[in-house]
Amino acid sequence: MDTQRRRFLKSGLVTGLLGLAASVGLLIPRLVWAAWPSSAFQSKTLFGALEPLFGSGSVNLTPADEDITLTVTDLAENGAVVPVTVSSRLPNVESITLLVDKNPNSLVAQFKLAKNTQAYIKTNIKMAETSRVYAVVKSGDKLYSTNKKVKVTLGGCGN
Amino acid sequence: MSDKIKIRATLEGEVTTVKSQIIHPMDTGLFKDSKGVPIPAWFIQEVKVEHNGTPILEAVWGIAISKNPYTAFTFTGGKKGDAIKLSWVDNKGGTDSIETTIG
Repeated sequence: MDTQRRRFLKSGLVTGLLGLAASVGLLIPRLVWAAWPSSAFQSKTLFGALEPLFGSGSVNLTPADEDITLTVTDLAENGAVVPVTVSSRLPNVESITLLVDKNPNSLVAQFKLAKNTQAYIKTNIKMAETSRVYAVVKSGDKLYSTNKKVKVTLGGCGN
Repeated sequence: MSDKIKIRATLEGEVTTVKSQIIHPMDTGLFKDSKGVPIPAWFIQEVKVEHNGTPILEAVWGIAISKNPYTAFTFTGGKKGDAIKLSWVDNKGGTDSIETTIG
């Protein structure tokens, strides 16, 4: 490497510019926003998914069957499309997280809500087999959850 | 404008309901085709919905969101004519977006 180039690269200017570019997202691939939480999505257990999602060593879930309404069928004929609705009357709901305990990977999705977004999500999920669907709601600093057992006739994740 | 996303934002009283359906295979990576060859995972990982440029919903999805994902949610503070934009990114770096107005 020629001396001039080496001196330039060693100078604070380049490191500074790279740092600045990285911090304003110029070096991050376009349209990748917050990092997709891959370890959460790869976990085979409920808590293995929740711990990386909520950023701490241990996660406490406060049961809230009265304050979270989880609407899902008792019997899903087709595990590939199971409609789920979650709503909650808890205050300041920041996120709603859906999990299925016996899916190959427990975490289905997390929805983060703005302050003016209501605590309500409706979507369709896949279930591999009869298992429990969990809704975890973050309200203030606490995590609340409810769950419902769903029987699945024809599994929806793989063959 | 995308022809692979349907979106509608409707205002009733104080509440705007946003319903969307995205055409996407959401392949889990756990299926094999008829010849026994695994079909690779191909699924939307991130979805963002903005109201007049401000994010109101940001979601991270895995393989267990159903094919051609449907989502509905609600928010307050919207007015008729306000801009709603939905965009997504999948695990292959694919992306799409659509805009509509609150009606």
